[in-house]
Amino acid sequence: MRDSSIITPIQHANSPALDVQGVSAGYAGNASAIESITFSVQKGERVAIIGANGAGKSTLFKAMVGLIPFTQGHISIFGEDCRTSHNLVGYVPQYEAIDWGFPLTVFDVVMMGRTRQIGWFRAPSKHDRERVMELLQTLGLSWLANRQIGELSGGQKRRVFIARALAQETQVLLMDEPFNGVDSVAEQEIMAMLDILTTNGMTILLATHDLGKASRLFDRMLILNRRVVAFGTPQEVMQPSILRQAYAGTVEVFMEDGQAYLLADEHGCGGG
Amino acid sequence: MDALQLLMDPLTYPFIQRAFVALMLVGGLSAVVGCFVVVRGMAFFGDALSHTILPGVALSYTLGGGNVGSHLFIGGLGAALISAGVIAWMTRDERVKEDTAIALVFVTMFALGIVMISTQQNYSTDLTHILFGSINGVSVNDLYLMGGLSLLVLVVMFLFYKEFVIISFDVSLAHTLKLPVEALRVVLLMGIAITIVVSLQTVGIALMLALLIAPAATARLLVHRLHQMIGVAAVFGVVSGIIGFYVSYYFDVPSGATIVLTMSSLFATVFLIQKGLRRLSS
Repeated sequence: MRDSSIITPIQHANSPALDVQGVSAGYAGNASAIESITFSVQKGERVAIIGANGAGKSTLFKAMVGLIPFTQGHISIFGEDCRTSHNLVGYVPQYEAIDWGFPLTVFDVVMMGRTRQIGWFRAPSKHDRERVMELLQTLGLSWLANRQIGELSGGQKRRVFIARALAQETQVLLMDEPFNGVDSVAEQEIMAMLDILTTNGMTILLATHDLGKASRLFDRMLILNRRVVAFGTPQEVMQPSILRQAYAGTVEVFMEDGQAYLLADEHGCGGG
Repeated sequence: MDALQLLMDPLTYPFIQRAFVALMLVGGLSAVVGCFVVVRGMAFFGDALSHTILPGVALSYTLGGGNVGSHLFIGGLGAALISAGVIAWMTRDERVKEDTAIALVFVTMFALGIVMISTQQNYSTDLTHILFGSINGVSVNDLYLMGGLSLLVLVVMFLFYKEFVIISFDVSLAHTLKLPVEALRVVLLMGIAITIVVSLQTVGIALMLALLIAPAATARLLVHRLHQMIGVAAVFGVVSGIIGFYVSYYFDVPSGATIVLTMSSLFATVFLIQKGLRRLSS
């Protein structure tokens, strides 16, 4: 596999891929959904964001891509302010509100990612079309290119939206609960895709509530409960005291053979 | 009488020639714009917007001394833009849902229009013209105005096509790409408003919605890419305009209603054939 097929080289490769410093953000109804978030991710790292419902995982992602303004702090991508470097960050939300009957093919959806590269008042060029086909091929989706988006399985849809984020010439990929509502085969396909991306130097942040997967498959874990509870390697953060703090009051934590077991109260510990 | 003569016969009168051109124009334009109305699930908004233009039309009608003509465009467009603005402003308050705001503005404006028209002497005739159109009254100037506005809307649709698709399919992507989402939405809504006003004289307020929805809905049954859907819908729109025109001429029934019936028959035909084929193949 060619390196250039996934991500394009970037100039400021010495700066951290992502640097979040004291960021607070929220919505109209919840002004401080996240507070004083500080962490830094190196190029090519794979970071899992862990937290209970309402811990602020989605809020953090939305602040990073400018979907909600942050009231305090600073976010930079490869040393560049995130407000001017948005094309470097690709965001794959949970997509519960998408109209799957929309008349678009997989190819059309991935091409959307190239809107900025295509520019105003222009149609996609031959280069844009080739780039989209190249991405679909690399990610094993080219056979679906002419299918209407709603005809795909849950896992395939997720992969198409990841391809679309890559079409933006993204350097950092944010994925919000990509394993929610997909079967185990699709889960494995998504994980295989993440391996391809990591091999190509992509920096990945993935929000999940699956502690097992996070601790096995990610370089570092960010434990979130409106603030950063812990940030480190899986061995460093998979401690009962830390997890109790993360899921304060909602779960009981047991450790056995280095594996954490969460016993949920009535509301459980789903994603969010 | 041979077939060619049947087709050419109505076109000997200039006012009918103008009606013919107007119907094709309006059928095509509404179908193109209607595709966005359909994929965005804005049928209710389209219906409401076509009704909210009544007071504007009524005002122009009254000031114009009871004539149906080009000045109605300006009144109608003004009322549509004001309504769209008020709806957008009301929905900024989270307690007011969008469909509630649309419904409130829609009925208020429509009632206001009826009160205004009722002050006129020929109340019922005037209202009938506005509600159901008066295709035979299309002047040369009206045609120029309709043509110009249609061209404007189509050019804007073409230029901003890929951006309109993104804000319709996935608004959060539009935000992350830093597209001016609100401005694009306003431009799209204005395109819909202008289309409705352009079509007003041919089919009237009451049946306007069918022109936006039916060809687009029929096209959606046949293709699964938006740009193809727009092309197919435009053909259905124009063809329905032509068929409706001849049916209306030879059976002496209102042209607006025959066009709408042609459009819904097309939809029903395609829908039932597809259902039948699916049943046969399963």
